[in-house]
Amino acid sequence: MPYLLRRFGHAIFLLIGVSVLAFVFTVLAPGNYFDEMRLNPQIAPESIVALKTQYEVDRPLPVRYLHWVGSVLRGDMGFSFAYNSPVAPLLFIRARNTLLLTITAMLLAWGIALPLGIWSAEHQGGVPDRLVSSGTAALMVIPDLALSLGLLVVAVKSGWFPMGGMVSLQFESLSFLGKIRDLFLHMALPIAALVISVLPLLVRHVRAAIAEVLDAPFLLAAQGHGIPRRTLLYGYALPAAANPLISLFGFSVGTLLSGSLLVEVVMSWPGLGPFLLEAILARDLYVVIGGVLLSTLFLVGGNFLADLLLYWADPRIRTEAGT
Amino acid sequence: MKGKRAISNWIVLLVALHAIVILGGFFAPYDPAEQDRKSPYLPPMRIHFVDAEGHFHARPFVYSLQLSAGSYDKYEENTARPLALRFFVQGARYRLLGFVPARLHLFGTGSERIYLLGSDSYGRDQLSRFLYGGQVSLFAGLLGAGITLLLGLCVGAMAGYYGGWRDDLLMRLAELFLALPWLYLLFALRAFLPLTVSPLQAFFLIIAVLGAVGWARPARLVRGVVLSAKERDFVRAARGFGATSGYLLRRHILPEASSVLMTQAAILVPQFVLAEMTLSFLGLGVPEPVPSWGNLLSSLQQYSVLVSYWWMYFPALMMVPFFLGYLGLGSRLQEYGEPYKIGK
Repeated sequence: MPYLLRRFGHAIFLLIGVSVLAFVFTVLAPGNYFDEMRLNPQIAPESIVALKTQYEVDRPLPVRYLHWVGSVLRGDMGFSFAYNSPVAPLLFIRARNTLLLTITAMLLAWGIALPLGIWSAEHQGGVPDRLVSSGTAALMVIPDLALSLGLLVVAVKSGWFPMGGMVSLQFESLSFLGKIRDLFLHMALPIAALVISVLPLLVRHVRAAIAEVLDAPFLLAAQGHGIPRRTLLYGYALPAAANPLISLFGFSVGTLLSGSLLVEVVMSWPGLGPFLLEAILARDLYVVIGGVLLSTLFLVGGNFLADLLLYWADPRIRTEAGT
Repeated sequence: MKGKRAISNWIVLLVALHAIVILGGFFAPYDPAEQDRKSPYLPPMRIHFVDAEGHFHARPFVYSLQLSAGSYDKYEENTARPLALRFFVQGARYRLLGFVPARLHLFGTGSERIYLLGSDSYGRDQLSRFLYGGQVSLFAGLLGAGITLLLGLCVGAMAGYYGGWRDDLLMRLAELFLALPWLYLLFALRAFLPLTVSPLQAFFLIIAVLGAVGWARPARLVRGVVLSAKERDFVRAARGFGATSGYLLRRHILPEASSVLMTQAAILVPQFVLAEMTLSFLGLGVPEPVPSWGNLLSSLQQYSVLVSYWWMYFPALMMVPFFLGYLGLGSRLQEYGEPYKIGK
């Protein structure tokens, strides 16, 4: 168990470090939410001072940090100036929308990448392999921004998909099946963008990992025993090649909240991305810090999940950790 | 030696592409900020060799565009008014490489303006904006990568060479930066800096932010190289002869890290160009009227532009060769750095 404990301690250290770092950056920040307010002639200077005291913007940094940590522990994650409400509930609604998108995209991407990568590794140097590798290379050189915009252009020109948002205006009046269909149509474009942008990386890693174990003697032996090809690839080669893929999967899980930021903004999906951008433009400090922290939590959690899975899947790590 | 030739091929491609952008003033027909309010959102003009009557002309030409009958934003070719393309013409003033004043342009027409990539809402030439925007975006990427690599080199060398508590401290910090989602980090850093700044300030701000974000990975790689290099026999021997730390690092240890740095550069530059594009696209980066690849595309955020003026998307396609060049170079360098993997 010390292995897992060590990894867990590491994760906690990272989270605390990131939160401190985010706070330190706020010191470097010239200007704040209330400076913008001062420009508004309708707000009296006294009320700005009162607000500043209320939100403790004038207090020294360590004090504010401790107060904020307390607020995180209470489940508020600080206070949003712009929404005049605790940050956590605001973030959670957006995070839920983001996760709906990214989890679907992640499952889809892995579902395509595994067979494609294995297929490519199986035919190393052959036509399928070359087809797959040139395909992934072509997808890799398209910048994410250009990809999302390109999909939008295609959608507009064809008129097959609704533009932006998560549901149509008349969503409430639709039947249950109609609602699902509506949601699906709205999700299709952002999901396509997300899947296409991560697919090349996944396929290449799967191919490399499988190709490495395919020459192993135990696979030759298994082949000699007449074990069918499919079982050989999926039942023997895949588990043996799992370690780097598990790490990669942890990374996929880790980027669930942070990876779709740009796509969400471009496709106006009501997730964390546009919300955070808005908060940045309005200098809504605690929302920004909260967003950064939440996505870091996912990154760290994804790494920890990978560690857990590796511990479970690989007996070598277990024995090493036991000693 | 096949690997080496592939590397130099990619480098030649990249140098050629960058030369076009750096000499953008010559290749672009107009000044990027020059407006032509009477012709907003012109579609790209098509280059013809054969005119409407079927006669062949050796000199390529385009037809002047006019509004279609009964429309306020649809243009059609006016076949009565061909505009011949002239090469090496005198046109708008610009400064070659930023300081040599010049007026020579690769092409132009004598009379009317020519729009090979169409025009934007102010009637500015998209091709010119693409080339000048490339100067901003590519330069931001290159300079940002340079700063990042320098930081990474210093931190990695210090951590690897001195070891002990310095190593622990720096590597913990590096892990922190690696754990941060980097686009968020970029946003957050940008959020805490002033929002409305002059284009030049914004440009250097972005470079500074980019440089500060990415140093962790190169630092870790350099540290690894330094760790193994400082135990090599010739380094020990040099130390035995009384070489100082600075000399050892400069002369014997850091040259070992050069291939790692090259590979990292090929990976980082396109990433940073993309980052600049993202920031400018979202309005957090280089502001108008200075063009950058990001704010060139930002008009596509408007639904009406997306629906009616889809050719505003062309610049995105023209960026692809640049990314292709860097990706190709990066993967070649990686293979070259790890020769035992080439066969796979």
